Amino acid sequence: MNTGARAFSLETVGMSKTFGQLVALEDVSISVKPGEFHALLGENGAGKSTLVKCIMGFYQPTRGHLIVDGQEKQIKSPADARDSGIGMVYQHFTLVPCLTAAENMVISRGDAPSIIDWTKEKKALATFMDRMPFQVPLNIPVSGLAAGEKQKLEILKQLYLDQRFLILDEPTSVLTPGEADEILGLVHTMAQKGEISVLMITHKFREVKAFADSVTVLRRGKLTGTGKVSDLSTDQMSHMMIGETQLRKSDSRKGDVKPKSRIELIGLFVDDNQGLPAVEAVDLKINGGEVLGIAGVSGNGQTELLEALAGQRPLKDGRIFVNGKPFEASRKDYDAFKVFGLPEEPLKNAAVKRMSVAENLAFRTFDKPPVTSIGWWLKPPKMREKAIDLIAQFRVKTPSPETPIENLSGGNVQRTILARELSGDVEVLIVANPCFGLDFASVAEIRAQIIHQRNSGAAILLISEDLDEILELSDRVAVMSEGQINYVVASAEADRNTIGKHMAGH
Amino acid sequence: MTAADIALILTAMLGGAMRVSTPFIFVALGETLTEKSGRINLGLEGTLVLGAMIGYAISYQTGSPWLGVLAAGCSGMLLGLIHGVICSLPRVNDIAVGISMMSLGTGLAFFFGKPYIQPSAPRLQSLEFGGWASNPAIKSALEINPLFIVGIVTAFIMWWGLANTKLGLILRMTGDSEPAARAMGINPIKVRVVATVLGGFLAGVGGAFLSLSYPGSWNEGLSSGQGLMAVALVIFARWNPLRCIVAALLFGAAGAIGPALQSVGISQGYYFFNAAPYILTLIIMISTARSTTAAREAPGELSIIK
Repeated sequence: MNTGARAFSLETVGMSKTFGQLVALEDVSISVKPGEFHALLGENGAGKSTLVKCIMGFYQPTRGHLIVDGQEKQIKSPADARDSGIGMVYQHFTLVPCLTAAENMVISRGDAPSIIDWTKEKKALATFMDRMPFQVPLNIPVSGLAAGEKQKLEILKQLYLDQRFLILDEPTSVLTPGEADEILGLVHTMAQKGEISVLMITHKFREVKAFADSVTVLRRGKLTGTGKVSDLSTDQMSHMMIGETQLRKSDSRKGDVKPKSRIELIGLFVDDNQGLPAVEAVDLKINGGEVLGIAGVSGNGQTELLEALAGQRPLKDGRIFVNGKPFEASRKDYDAFKVFGLPEEPLKNAAVKRMSVAENLAFRTFDKPPVTSIGWWLKPPKMREKAIDLIAQFRVKTPSPETPIENLSGGNVQRTILARELSGDVEVLIVANPCFGLDFASVAEIRAQIIHQRNSGAAILLISEDLDEILELSDRVAVMSEGQINYVVASAEADRNTIGKHMAGH
Repeated sequence: MTAADIALILTAMLGGAMRVSTPFIFVALGETLTEKSGRINLGLEGTLVLGAMIGYAISYQTGSPWLGVLAAGCSGMLLGLIHGVICSLPRVNDIAVGISMMSLGTGLAFFFGKPYIQPSAPRLQSLEFGGWASNPAIKSALEINPLFIVGIVTAFIMWWGLANTKLGLILRMTGDSEPAARAMGINPIKVRVVATVLGGFLAGVGGAFLSLSYPGSWNEGLSSGQGLMAVALVIFARWNPLRCIVAALLFGAAGAIGPALQSVGISQGYYFFNAAPYILTLIIMISTARSTTAAREAPGELSIIK
């Protein structure tokens, strides 16, 4: 905990990592100078995590080496990394929920004493916190902290451990834009003062532009570009990131769509797993030909609202109307009102992993002609025929219709679900985090499909944690915070800061 | 019923509560230790019965009941070790292993215990705190077994240790968030095996109390599900060692209602009152299943929670 420690540099030289046949990382050299805020940009699967795991000692690189503070160093385990002053802030919190912040920090120290003298430790922590640019409550269990506070605590923990080279793995994915800017701003200031060097994994150009000094871009395990952020445009970075892939262009938004339907949510209340209110008094009306986006930090009731609409969770109170008629989340009503859905994590929420692609494609139609006769007699050949059709139409990459859906890549699972839900006549569509973890081509495809349905007159409810996605796709934006809708605005008049403030509950 | 009768019943219940609760205290503390590490050991019923048999046998063979207690604890450690190691294999469910360990423990105890049903082994001597009283009922109620005191002291040590020692924090960390423990270079499997072994020791000692103090002999009907009820008790105590004592005393008092009533000559409904602890278990399970606090305080890595 000495105050004299300063930032140091870190370089990887020709780093490669192969797993059997798969080349995850190929000849990547990056250099982070002391006190630099360096961004590592790339799509999912581009090799960012592999590179960082090689630095942290989780993996041993197949070739290449590491230079820390000007000297070549072998890092064999995360403990080695810790001893060298390299600390990582993980995307998923590594704090222990039942321990307090103070307990979390003390136990994270390798040299914590066998019997802990809390009077002494708390005094030392108070002195440490006095020097820090941000504060968190130390004496309540971490489970009671907000996401932003947890993220701050993760960073504080690394500084408390005297780690002067911080690796941040998508640190803002659970924060409001305001919290994200605050935390990255503070980290940036500390780097400028030469107290820490930072390597941040991200896929958000905005954060790179606003906070990073320099950037390295990876694509398919290879380095595709590096340089000062001030010398690069967003277009250049995006080109380095996705290469020459042709993306499907969304249809432009039509102005005068003839609405097919409308959905109204009136006074919805939903409880979470522990019986506490998760959604409170949500009133929303969505017209045909409109996308309403619900923005918010995850964990503010969006999941519960979605599950209630999908029939996975009982409504505690409130009514749902489609075209003015009462709607229940049952198979009968989904069919009658032509309500369809693309839930988040489709493999978990919209598919049966071990059933075949064909069977998964038939979930909506297996009990209707032509797949059935006399109401219950299934005809697998018909099912297969229809599946082959849909697979071609939606360009699902699968070895055969009989392959279990769990063997498909994330993008192709999402396409399969799209094919099932969007091939018929859609009047109401409920979508949640549809692009989470997908590559650019799949993202473009899915967004184009959503806009296409909007232009054909469907009423669309979009729940997403990605504010940029909401702003791109929605006609109106609603903000959800602590289970309530506290702000609704037309996208044309929407302003990031105002939305961010409402996401934080103000 | 006179006031004196009621006083007598209450004294008898108090004395009974301390006697009946002792095995509950040990098994519940053992289970708390194991569950705090993120694993459930349902096999403690088997550990209890094997502990009772081993304790009795060693006491008979060596003439020292305390050696018997120690041996009972060691037999519990062995069962705990088997449970811990098997559960560390990939994709093994700790509940299923626990149930088979329960059968293994009782089976071993019945198999090796046959020759010890007849002979009489030396028992643990109770401490007489009631020497000052003239009333024989009070006198007998205040005969406290040293293991009861050991149990209370153990609970306080555990309670203090969970908050104030490195090992305590590591145990809670492993039970609440395996990724966090791994990120710190802790081997969760090692922590869990050790916690299960120590938990087995405590349950084994609880078993020795059954055969060496109260009821105080070895036979195959000795335990009536205390090991299983203790698991319910841990949930009721919300994984807090001090609340384990309170809960164990409550169970003990419920178990002592029947004998206490009998001591003043009320034998009506004797069997019904003997069922009180089981009814209490049911009520507690139903009420805690609905409790949101219990759900929040449960260690996050328990297989029934995930």
